[in-house]
Amino acid sequence: MDHFFTLDLLTRILRMSTPLIFAALGGILSERSGVINIALEGLMLIGAFFAVAGTYWTGNVWLGLLIGVLCAMAGALIHAVWSITFRGDQIVVGTAVNLIALGLTAFLVQSIWGTAGGSDRVSSLPKIGGMSILVPLAFVMVPLVAFFLYRTKLGLRLQACGEHPQAAVSAGIDITRYRYLAVLGSGLLAGLGGAYLSIGNLNYFTLDMTNGRGFIALAAVILGGWNPWGALAACLLFGAAEGIQIQGQSTPGFPISSDLLVTLPYIVTLIAITLFVKARSGPAGLGRHATTS
Amino acid sequence: MKRLKLSSGSIVNIGGSIIAVAIALLLGALVMRLSGADPWAAYKALWNGAFVGRRSISETLIYSAPLILAGLGFAISSRAGLFNIGIEGQLITGGFVAALVGAWDLGLPSVIYVPLALLAGALGGAVWGFFPGFLKARYGAHEVITTIMLNYLAIRLITYLVLRRDDILPVDPTYVATKKVVDAARLPILLDRTRLHAGILIALGAAIVLWWVLFKTRFGFNVRAVGLSQGASAYGGIKWGSTVVIAMVIAGALAGLAGAGESLGLHGRHWSTAPGYGFTAIAVGLVGRNHPIGVIFSGLLFGALNAGGPAMQSAHVSKEIVQLIQGFIILAIAALEVVNRLPSIRSRMARRASAGA
Repeated sequence: MDHFFTLDLLTRILRMSTPLIFAALGGILSERSGVINIALEGLMLIGAFFAVAGTYWTGNVWLGLLIGVLCAMAGALIHAVWSITFRGDQIVVGTAVNLIALGLTAFLVQSIWGTAGGSDRVSSLPKIGGMSILVPLAFVMVPLVAFFLYRTKLGLRLQACGEHPQAAVSAGIDITRYRYLAVLGSGLLAGLGGAYLSIGNLNYFTLDMTNGRGFIALAAVILGGWNPWGALAACLLFGAAEGIQIQGQSTPGFPISSDLLVTLPYIVTLIAITLFVKARSGPAGLGRHATTS
Repeated sequence: MKRLKLSSGSIVNIGGSIIAVAIALLLGALVMRLSGADPWAAYKALWNGAFVGRRSISETLIYSAPLILAGLGFAISSRAGLFNIGIEGQLITGGFVAALVGAWDLGLPSVIYVPLALLAGALGGAVWGFFPGFLKARYGAHEVITTIMLNYLAIRLITYLVLRRDDILPVDPTYVATKKVVDAARLPILLDRTRLHAGILIALGAAIVLWWVLFKTRFGFNVRAVGLSQGASAYGGIKWGSTVVIAMVIAGALAGLAGAGESLGLHGRHWSTAPGYGFTAIAVGLVGRNHPIGVIFSGLLFGALNAGGPAMQSAHVSKEIVQLIQGFIILAIAALEVVNRLPSIRSRMARRASAGA
């Protein structure tokens, strides 16, 4: 037990929370503008893959990061075109983007590196205190997104698009443009989260390496009441559970089965969503379109 | 009630699904061509792997069985107006529970043991479907988020149980799976020298039963009515809450049966890993237009894609291209619906123009 509560555990929790924070912030942008985004998972995966592929092609990890983020934004553009312009069912479209991300990345791994499981090793982003430089960036992004949403004209208008699309249209806000911007922004952030997993925390890509983190981030968005600070707390909860599980496995004599402990955040989320659902019902215009008349 | 017209029992829009599949296959070919592979050779290998020869056909049917059952589960929840991402969790819970019952060696004859284990699987899935249905009906908790949480909860709980509770359960921590299902609880093999088990018959039977329930019973009418309009159905005296809960329980039971078929028919035990059929089931339901008979055909299509996928390796194409094609199919269907809506938009504009004139 002496070896359990160490600095190691703290850094582990921060590292596990980082990809969730990026993706959750992206989810907040998209959902605040009124677009449901269950494509976060796929967008992260695209970001993770193309960050490695980009680094492999250019030999420069920063260019790799840029390529990863841009490709995630391209994926987000598909989600935007189908959800906003075509007015498709946003959950159905998100599911399609997720499937495409899974299939495309696995297909490309095979055709680039000739292996079925993952990529070659590439270089990774610089580290500070044993943690990737993207870890502090994730935490800096939280107040930035909060400031953007609550203190800037752009952010307030974006929220209007999600809260009351009809009124936003009447007030002369071009909600299509705001929603496109928000979904592209969610692609950027989810891409950063994905790139963190591949070239931040590690230096390679493996199939389905996001492993459901995009969905967990979405849960954090809702658990956090569509608020950047609330989502941060929820991400830390999920990150802590993951960190504690790994730490528990490597700590002899750890009292509770760590395999059982990891179920806790899911149960907490279920209870919280059930109890606070009325108070936290999210943007009123989520998934709705303004009828153009 | 006959006066109220809901969507008919016929398969509408089947043409749209076929066009969508064709578009997706073309896009898949384009991706292969861009990456330097030969799409013609790859699709030929896919076709051979799925349809040519006794082994290929039986593999297609093996893959189709869980996809049809899971697709039916997605279909009934969609008909009730819910987006059930929880098929995955309901499927693995059903597979796990069925495998536990089958591995316990209760000393029963096959005629009793097999139905009992199947029932246990359906029940396991039904419980996992009940929670999101109940939380939605009673508290308004959004099913997308509750089912996602329940998916992970199922995976993590089962992992814990197979790793740590070999003291009370028939599990094998070294395999991270349940113990082997005894022979008396295994689904019978339909075709000699193949792995083809009776799961496909269960799937076809379930599709017919669900068609009957949805289109020939009062309850089925209620399900379709609440899915179309919660308010209008309440006005018509239909209880929204209980209808939604029962629809989710049936969805979970169908997904549970899918998992049970995998444990009792194909694998002979339940592995703690998730097969990812939950998301394919969504595509199966959408392509089949959430109609039980349509789901049979789309389930066979996706089963063929999955069975033939590995054969594409011979053309140096990763089998995961199949997932890419599945995603394209969904996007193509969504895009075709836009085209579908165009005439009504046009006529509305024409009406407005003539009214203004």
